Amino acid sequence: MPELTYTEAAREALSEEMARDDTIFVFGQGIGERGGNFNTTTGLYDLYGPERLRDVPICERGFVGLCAGAAMTGTRPVIDFMFLDFILDSFGELVNQIAKMQYMSSGRLKMPIVLRGCIGVGGAAATHHSGSYYPVFTHLPGFRVVLPTTPYDAKGLFKTALQSDDPVLFLEHKSLLNTRGEVPEDDYAIPFGQAAVRRQGEHLTVVALTTMVSIALDVAETLALEGISLEVIDPRTTAPLDIETILESVHRTGRLLIIDETFAPCGIGAEIAAQVVDRGFDDLDAPVRRLNGLHVPTPYSAPLEAAVAPKKEDVERAIRDLIVE
Amino acid sequence: MVTSALPDHDASLALYRQMLTIRRCEEQLAKSYQAGLIPGACHTYVGEEAIATGVCAHLSHDDAVFSTHRGHGHALAKGVPPNQLIAELFGKATGCSQGRGGSMHLFSPEVGMMGTSGIVAPCILQAAGAGYSFKLLRCEQVGVAFFGDGAVANGAFHEGINLATNWGLPVLFVCENNQFATEVAFADTTRNPEVANRAAAYGLPGIAIDGNDVDLVYQTAGEALQRARSGGGPTLIECKTYRTRPHAEGMRDGGYRALEEIEAWKKRDPITTYVDRLTSGKRAEQSEIDAIDKEVTMLVAEALKFAHDSPWPDPATVTEHTYNESSAAHA
Repeated sequence: MPELTYTEAAREALSEEMARDDTIFVFGQGIGERGGNFNTTTGLYDLYGPERLRDVPICERGFVGLCAGAAMTGTRPVIDFMFLDFILDSFGELVNQIAKMQYMSSGRLKMPIVLRGCIGVGGAAATHHSGSYYPVFTHLPGFRVVLPTTPYDAKGLFKTALQSDDPVLFLEHKSLLNTRGEVPEDDYAIPFGQAAVRRQGEHLTVVALTTMVSIALDVAETLALEGISLEVIDPRTTAPLDIETILESVHRTGRLLIIDETFAPCGIGAEIAAQVVDRGFDDLDAPVRRLNGLHVPTPYSAPLEAAVAPKKEDVERAIRDLIVE
Repeated sequence: MVTSALPDHDASLALYRQMLTIRRCEEQLAKSYQAGLIPGACHTYVGEEAIATGVCAHLSHDDAVFSTHRGHGHALAKGVPPNQLIAELFGKATGCSQGRGGSMHLFSPEVGMMGTSGIVAPCILQAAGAGYSFKLLRCEQVGVAFFGDGAVANGAFHEGINLATNWGLPVLFVCENNQFATEVAFADTTRNPEVANRAAAYGLPGIAIDGNDVDLVYQTAGEALQRARSGGGPTLIECKTYRTRPHAEGMRDGGYRALEEIEAWKKRDPITTYVDRLTSGKRAEQSEIDAIDKEVTMLVAEALKFAHDSPWPDPATVTEHTYNESSAAHA
């Protein structure tokens, strides 16, 4: 099986779908001939031309609103924001128009838009290039929110995103872009709302989002040496959220920790905790715990930046605390 | 300056019929609002009927119209039947948005009515997007945005017109300058009281016309749409007009404009002046006008009855259409 980077895998999905469906087009800065600052479209301009790989001026509200109109009239826009932080200038178009269009039109209009961008803390990108924001979009009706963590998932989930008639946020953590993994050549798509159990275990369930998955798996290796068995679940999409897989796991382990680089208040962990307490209270042997990044804008300087997101030792400590509760 | 011909006899009467249909519907909606039959907002188009009528006369159901909060006239002129409009404002299941929208969310994609909106200015961007689709799909359809002077200071005006012009998209931007954004005078919000002349900054044609003259709107829009369909790119048309009712039904109409000004504009009513022009210019007989009046009165009366008699939507369906149920992505 060929090994690809995360970015190559997503690009393969995009290219295959653009070949299959000539109504798909991409908007972004530097995504035309240049191939994207993160190589998201390398080589595609030569295959599909300037109308389908359209370099746009820096006016997010304008081109997002324009793409809403395009999606309403028979084409399928993909917007490459580079850094997801830039999406915020288009928030009104997203929330008032794109997310609500199918509902307002009683299902007679579709809204096939893919909104992709890099997220996450790292690389001294500072606070205008480090945001994640997926809890915000998960909160709002109308969006699908996708957080791939492996090259295999990046391709399979991007395929589903490109075939979806709903608006999809496809969010790629910066630190995952160059990770490598096996990606089959055959055509496959991963449905939304199906979590991946990355490691099976008995003593404690860890639900980990984006980069926290690999940290959780590292910690699981370490603790396995001491006979502590962790189950690690990667939700893969937060809207829809596969709560059933989490509940089933907690039913067996009795303990739940949710780790997420983004903010705790009203976040994904809060939602999962509430649903598990609501529906799985009798399964719990200990309080549900969350471990989140700090509730601050992202600082620039290396020691400050490193203090924001949970690290391996933070995760290990949180698990050791919870396992003895 | 227009170079195309005036609408012929039949086309002129069709314009009259359309304007009158909008007027009679709006008058009925105002009455229904006062009677408590419309639970939400109702922004009427009274005084501005010539604009939607003159533009939409050139559009087919395949062309896409994107409208504003003052959009009843656009919906009707684009082909939404009066019964579906009135039923929607009543909140009935038979309304054009099946009760999910009301006045500010009128949708009928079947006739190319792509929505009125409770937010000012996104229609400019969406019409540009329709133009992008139509260009990519290699068809001759156009996107049309109707918006008020209240959208002109908004960033979407700048961004949408710049993008559409730069890419030569088949779009028509129709500014209905009724001189007030809600109750704020346009003249108080800008050092440039004109809209059309802003087009020069973006490199597209900008034309200011009397928006109460349906012949002129018809001719100007016809030429701009022809240009758009033949690859000539977008046009900005500023139609100078006036709404003679309050911003919304039930709102106090004082404190921001003078009664004399309203009365002066009522004398320029697009419908009565058009009847005078058609009859005095021997373009139509009074008997033909009378026949249309009778026909439209009946049409609106039937629409009202339809709305009254229609069922309410089923609360069990309230969550439907939040997502596309048939989507591959639906888990």
